[in-house]
Amino acid sequence: MIARFLLMLLVMGLAAPLLADEPVRSGYEFMEPDTRRLQDDDFLNPGFFLVEDGQRLWSAKIGASGQSCADCHGEVEASMAGVAAGYPVFDPAAGEVFNLQTRIHSEMVERMHAPPMAYDADEILALTALIALQSRGLEMRPTLTAGAEAIIEQGREIYETRRGQLNLSCAQCHVDHAGQRLRGDMISQGQINAFPIYRLIWDAPGSTHRMFEWCMQAVRAEPFKRGSEEFLALELFLAQRGAGLKMEAPGVRR
Amino acid sequence: MQRIIFLYFLVNLSLVPPLALAGSSGDPLKGEAVLRDMGRASCLICHKISNLLDEKDQGEIGPALDNAGDQFTASELRARIMDARQINPDSIMPPYFSTKGLHNVARAYQGQTIYSAEDVENVVAYLLSLKEETSQ
Repeated sequence: MIARFLLMLLVMGLAAPLLADEPVRSGYEFMEPDTRRLQDDDFLNPGFFLVEDGQRLWSAKIGASGQSCADCHGEVEASMAGVAAGYPVFDPAAGEVFNLQTRIHSEMVERMHAPPMAYDADEILALTALIALQSRGLEMRPTLTAGAEAIIEQGREIYETRRGQLNLSCAQCHVDHAGQRLRGDMISQGQINAFPIYRLIWDAPGSTHRMFEWCMQAVRAEPFKRGSEEFLALELFLAQRGAGLKMEAPGVRR
Repeated sequence: MQRIIFLYFLVNLSLVPPLALAGSSGDPLKGEAVLRDMGRASCLICHKISNLLDEKDQGEIGPALDNAGDQFTASELRARIMDARQINPDSIMPPYFSTKGLHNVARAYQGQTIYSAEDVENVVAYLLSLKEETSQ
């Protein structure tokens, strides 16, 4: 009981400064009506092609184990309900952050003995979308484990560091100027509650790390690698920053 | 080019209003072309210029540049474009002609400034041409 109380204090202490002054707002609120409509309709939303692929993979035999996800986890709707909303998670035993993608990858490689795959491999992205969909409408509420605080601080530092030839930090746009127009686009808070997304200017689905990479390239910085410790720390920080937002995957963004 | 670099360092060291960077004065038409080119970190990404209303969706991060020619001298404009941090260290505006203190620059852009000296002069010349009587 006391331990739970202490944990609660810890969580509140962590969450309070991250929420800053502005209420958290999903990127959805900053979108044009046409883009919203695309996300709102599961039949029009191109992100659902990814979900369909994920459904097929869920019951397909993967790797040398000859097993499917469903063999152990059963129906995805039941076993994965709410799971994505708790990610990313710092795993104190492993000493690293797992987001949904790296967790799925580790299951496939370690348990199912599949060959290692690229960070944004189609299979990983498809299963991520399928599992994230099972949290749609739930609040993003990443689990805080012992040791997570230092990683969140690392992520915050990355977020607030000016970089690249254009000398811009994430925060300068997504905190200081959210809601204002950068050329034709309204700058959002850069929340990650809708990932994986289908991005219209990519004409393709993409992960949080692909988006981080894109932003870093836009300010002419040398991006961190997708799946890197730095991007995972940034993702954990962002999930904490946006805690309480409703999960939207598969989201559509411009 | 060496003279330009020397002048630039002189400017940074002394914090006097920078002299023209490119030897001769800029060409406002070329400056306007630089400004309209979205591939070149255009002013219009963040600023609005009513004279260029044919450019849709102008930015609203920085102040409007209408009448910039009435509000600023050439050297004031040049200083802000080159490195706005010299006026306000926390300015969000990218430094268009400085590589000082930059961090984590992409390999393809390392050691390079966003604009050339000539670009800066051309943009200054264009902005100087924005005066109240011309903004209708």
